[in-house]
Amino acid sequence: MLSILIFLPLAGGIAAALWPGSGEHGGRRAGYVSLLFAMTTLGFAIGLILDFDAGFGGISNVTGLQHVTDVNWIPQLGIHYKIGVDGLSLFMIALTTLLWAGATAWSSFREWPKARNYYLMLALGETAVLGAFCAQDLALFVLFFDLMLVPFYFLIGIWGGERRVEATTKFVIYTLVGSFLMLAGAVATGILSAHGGHVSFVLSDLRAHPLSKGTQEWIFLFFAAAFLVKMPAFPLHGWLPDAYRAAPTPVLVVLSGVLSKVGAYGFLRIALPIYPDAAVQFQELLLVIALVSILYGSVMAFSQNSATLVVAYSSIAQLGFITLGIFSLRPEGAQGAILQMVNHGLVVAPLFFIIALLAARAGGTDDLRRMGGLAFRAPVLAALFLIVALATLAMPGSANFAAEFLILNGVLKAKIVYAIVAGAGVVFAAVYMIRLFQRSMHNPLARGAESRDMTLTDGVVLVPVVLVILALALYPQFVLHRSQNAINTSLPREILIIR
Amino acid sequence: MTAALHAPHIDYAGLSPLLALSGGVCVTLLLGLARGPGTRMLVTASALLTLAAATTLAAWQFGENKSLVEGALRADDLALSLDFVFYAAAACALILSLRDPGTSHASLGDYSALLLTSVTGMTVLAGATNLVTLFLGIELLSIPLYVMCAVDLHRRTSLESGLKYLVIGSVGSATLLYGLAFIYGATGSTDFGPIAHAVGRSGIAHDPLLLTGIALAAAGLAFKASVAPFHQWTPDVYQGAPTPVTAFMAVATKAAAFAIILRFFDVAIHPAKGDWDVALAALAVASIAIGNIGAIGQDSMKRLLAYSGVAQAGYMLAGVVVGTSLGLKSVVFYLFVYLLMNVAAFAVVIARERETVLGDDIEAVRGIGASRPALAWPLTISMLALAGFPGTAGFIGKFFLIEATVQGDFTWLGVVIVIGSMLSLAYYLRVVAAVWMQPGAEPVRATPVMAGGSAEASPTGPRAGGVQLEVVAIAVIAAAAVVAFGIIPSPLLDVASDAARAVFG
Repeated sequence: MLSILIFLPLAGGIAAALWPGSGEHGGRRAGYVSLLFAMTTLGFAIGLILDFDAGFGGISNVTGLQHVTDVNWIPQLGIHYKIGVDGLSLFMIALTTLLWAGATAWSSFREWPKARNYYLMLALGETAVLGAFCAQDLALFVLFFDLMLVPFYFLIGIWGGERRVEATTKFVIYTLVGSFLMLAGAVATGILSAHGGHVSFVLSDLRAHPLSKGTQEWIFLFFAAAFLVKMPAFPLHGWLPDAYRAAPTPVLVVLSGVLSKVGAYGFLRIALPIYPDAAVQFQELLLVIALVSILYGSVMAFSQNSATLVVAYSSIAQLGFITLGIFSLRPEGAQGAILQMVNHGLVVAPLFFIIALLAARAGGTDDLRRMGGLAFRAPVLAALFLIVALATLAMPGSANFAAEFLILNGVLKAKIVYAIVAGAGVVFAAVYMIRLFQRSMHNPLARGAESRDMTLTDGVVLVPVVLVILALALYPQFVLHRSQNAINTSLPREILIIR
Repeated sequence: MTAALHAPHIDYAGLSPLLALSGGVCVTLLLGLARGPGTRMLVTASALLTLAAATTLAAWQFGENKSLVEGALRADDLALSLDFVFYAAAACALILSLRDPGTSHASLGDYSALLLTSVTGMTVLAGATNLVTLFLGIELLSIPLYVMCAVDLHRRTSLESGLKYLVIGSVGSATLLYGLAFIYGATGSTDFGPIAHAVGRSGIAHDPLLLTGIALAAAGLAFKASVAPFHQWTPDVYQGAPTPVTAFMAVATKAAAFAIILRFFDVAIHPAKGDWDVALAALAVASIAIGNIGAIGQDSMKRLLAYSGVAQAGYMLAGVVVGTSLGLKSVVFYLFVYLLMNVAAFAVVIARERETVLGDDIEAVRGIGASRPALAWPLTISMLALAGFPGTAGFIGKFFLIEATVQGDFTWLGVVIVIGSMLSLAYYLRVVAAVWMQPGAEPVRATPVMAGGSAEASPTGPRAGGVQLEVVAIAVIAAAAVVAFGIIPSPLLDVASDAARAVFG
């Protein structure tokens, strides 16, 4: 059943690519077909959430996996097509389908050259991401993880802005270097943990037969490299500014909103459960990386003039928080991380959409110095922006506040020094978000900038996402309850309880 | 005392693919003597029929696993499964040559007959379990290729390519022969079985004669498989030869060389594995490094694919190094995939050579994403598969090879494969970027300068001449197979498993 969810977007993409109709008109129609499938997928995901057994009381099934499909896909290699959903992946799936529906809707209201290929690639991307979130087999996860790159390589490279080819090449080389290392690590994990000549890549098998500590360490580093590049975290973020500037808005939304989470999710799903000893061993290293990412991202976000880059660097900082939460190796931290992953995806998507709208009003540039003065003439847009901005800077009452509180709480219990420094990051977030809002909304109207409110079609994309932000702000427990059980079963007991 | 002379038992069933090929060579050659408008089609059809017959017979013999000709040849699943690769590559090369201006100079039957002779040599080589048959097979496959490279008489580079291949190939053969003589001298036998026995008893490290012999033989085989540092001929010969011939060489010759490398290392001298595995691993690393670095910055697609072939040979050599059943399986599987990936790429190169005046330059594929999607997609899929992207059979192939290296205690070699794959992105993605992300060159269709202005260059007029359906069809089918086997690799894996079982039991 989950397979339908995973491959529905791809089916839509193929349908859109083959839909009859020529020229501009055909491109539009391809967009609507694609949108229809994306909305159906979203509906499917909502159904999944409603159907999800949160397992209150904590004594439901042991693995916590639901809707499991397990097919012995390539028996000669020990690769299973095993997919399932639990509290870790549930909201990632929801986030993916929501943002992809938004991105597809945004796209379908606009004209694209070579539109058929565009929607095919966009849809392939959704399938790959959903596959990675659902995969319960290491080889399958690696496959989907790497598959993500193909559509994004084309999406940025063909439909991107200036210097797109350099940007996309840099992006792919960075991420593939990590991915290939991960591939080697994954194969090694499967072979070395084989028992009785029986190779298996199924995650639960791998957890049942842990590797020796020394082996875990180098494989963990390979995986960490792949995940940190994807997020990206501080020393491995070189691809980010170029790729974010070049990517077209809908692609940027899913790239930042969803793809970055795959890295963080990978830590929770793969790295901690399968390499628990190494995770403890490298806890300090990852915490330092997280902390530097927070500080570096915040400082850079504050000093950029390009609105896109402000948000881009703020993403580095936010992902730093998420990493911090995960590597506090505490249940609170991990829960906060999951909630923050959802939150960040939800706020960053409208931010990029709004920036695109602002850029359209400022003569096509996202330079903050060319914007301003929109608050009174475009009140709806400004109000939405304000909500999103306040959520981003983790205003008390927002779900982001709850998440960051949980993360800091977890870190505080684990390593108090890191928590204190990270606390500064929360303050920085307020500084750069307020600067972004003020420059674009309240400054005197820049010369040449138009000031008109957003159109209905923009609203159709933006308002639902903002509503979800508000809903989560009122009731973050919705996510926390459903992930709690998964955290307790997915994270290795020895990590969480001994320390 | 009655000295009864027993006529050796001849297993005609086991030899049947070889017999079919030899018969086909004669028939094709004779048919070529006919003069008439349809001769070209007739000859090609005869050669294709021969290949189809050989394929059918090989499929019929599959699973029999028997020795032929007093143990000089084996018709086992390893040989037969790779025979399929040779036959498929030859069939593609024939179809791609059908309207090729370069190969049309050869008198009609000769070209196809030479191709079939070369395939016969490959079939012998893949089954060889004796030093004499090994050499026989190698020469039978090489000599027709020397001629086929030089078949485009009006083009200097083609002649140069043929001559170069002849000289270097002969040096390789001589080295190999020298090595084989040493091995015979040291072990006293030409059969692989007794050689394995002798090697297993004494090891090879302590016997300078045997060690020299094996080193020379390995160098000779490395020439044929274009494994670095014996690869220098590859880019020049690939570039100069008519492109359908290049496609055939790139795929079939490499598969044949690996067939004998597998059998030589994993059967004949397998008992002394500890003595040669590190040396062979060094060759693999050199190939991966030199191939991948050499390919970066190549503007000629054929040279790029030549260097990529060197690198891919390095990956496959890693599967030989481990000397396990899994290793052999992974190499055989990779050879299947390698066939599909390269045929797709070469078919696109050929199509663009005939559509533009840019030859095999990367410029020729610039911007075809917009103008020629039927060519752009196969080329893209082929490049992504060669780089090892998931969703393609190339990913499964690399996964398999890495799995074999890790299981065979050569984890570091697996990491080298991974690093090589990263380097390879630089040139594979450059092609993909040229296809999709750059504006197309003006569709130029003039007299093909490179081809020497043959009258047959554009048989159906300039516009239709731009689209040669059979070339496009091969590209599309090969690329579709790359994707299909990337999703459902089990059929190919089963064949590869049979091949491994035939050798390792």
